[in-house]
Amino acid sequence: MKLSYFAWVRERIGKPEEEIELPAHISTIADLVAWLKGRGEEYAHAFEHAEVVRAAIDRRHVRPDASIAGAREIAFFPPMTGG
Amino acid sequence: MTLSPSEIERYARHLVLREIGGPGQAKLKAARVLVVGAGGLGSPLLQYLAAAGLGTIGLVDDDVVSLSNLQRQVIHGTEDIGRAKTKTAAAALEKLNPHVRFKAHATRLTAENARELVQGYDVVADGSDNFDTRYTVSDACFHEGKPLVTAALGIFDGSLTTIRAHERRSDGAWNPTYRCLFPAPPPPGTVPACAEAGILGALAGVVGSLMAIEVIREIVGFGEGLVGRLLMVDAHSMRFETLLYEWDAHNPLTGKE
Repeated sequence: MKLSYFAWVRERIGKPEEEIELPAHISTIADLVAWLKGRGEEYAHAFEHAEVVRAAIDRRHVRPDASIAGAREIAFFPPMTGG
Repeated sequence: MTLSPSEIERYARHLVLREIGGPGQAKLKAARVLVVGAGGLGSPLLQYLAAAGLGTIGLVDDDVVSLSNLQRQVIHGTEDIGRAKTKTAAAALEKLNPHVRFKAHATRLTAENARELVQGYDVVADGSDNFDTRYTVSDACFHEGKPLVTAALGIFDGSLTTIRAHERRSDGAWNPTYRCLFPAPPPPGTVPACAEAGILGALAGVVGSLMAIEVIREIVGFGEGLVGRLLMVDAHSMRFETLLYEWDAHNPLTGKE
């Protein structure tokens, strides 16, 4: 699975994208976020307010309860505020 | 709305375009656009809108120019430090294109005055620097039935989308609201502003110029706009990605709850 990160999620994780083998028990975006948070401090920091970070499956925005079955790419993007 | 000979020469490179031409340029001249914030995004946005021949440009900003603004807020100059941004923007736009009517709103946009401010305009462009203003502007535009071009910056990243939440798509479904995409802002203090975090100055030029394209598109009507699409710009790895988003039944404006 390709994971892609934007803005302060990318800055906190420290890379723009990565290829990851996901454990079989992960079936939704929320499951994926919970699992990522256990991968290290940088992930825990990126998703500390998981509800504000939005996700897109194959470039289509989805809610946290969306199934990831069949997904090729999941992007995480947070709201920004600078102007 | 007719163009004078000097306007015809000024806008010659627009007038030859099939997508703009005389009718499109006349629409620009008749249009009124409200820009929220004359900061990093607002600076190039105001400049390109004025250069493009917008009839009326309003600016809401209650800030004054400071030295650390000048690294990215290119509408202001060194001699402007300490002056109101509405004043320096007015002078810069007058110099750029005297045909533009400029309206200064030297006030802070709030929940109390937002609807009244957007009422007098055809399109609103939000380049503000805080979440409160973003949600307030997007709600006001929905209630007043105004198209909104809204953009934001991170340190190396930008986002841009166009909202027409007061209208439905051709299949009858509502267009998405800003809140369909970002239901809630991060808790205060968790995402540092430009002032603390820093920002790559030229990034503001890229995203602010893209805002100007979206505003011009909304007025003239050509190609495919960003309604239901979020453009993410990552200047760190130079990625431009477009993500689709749709109406969400949970949104408080047009939702079902």
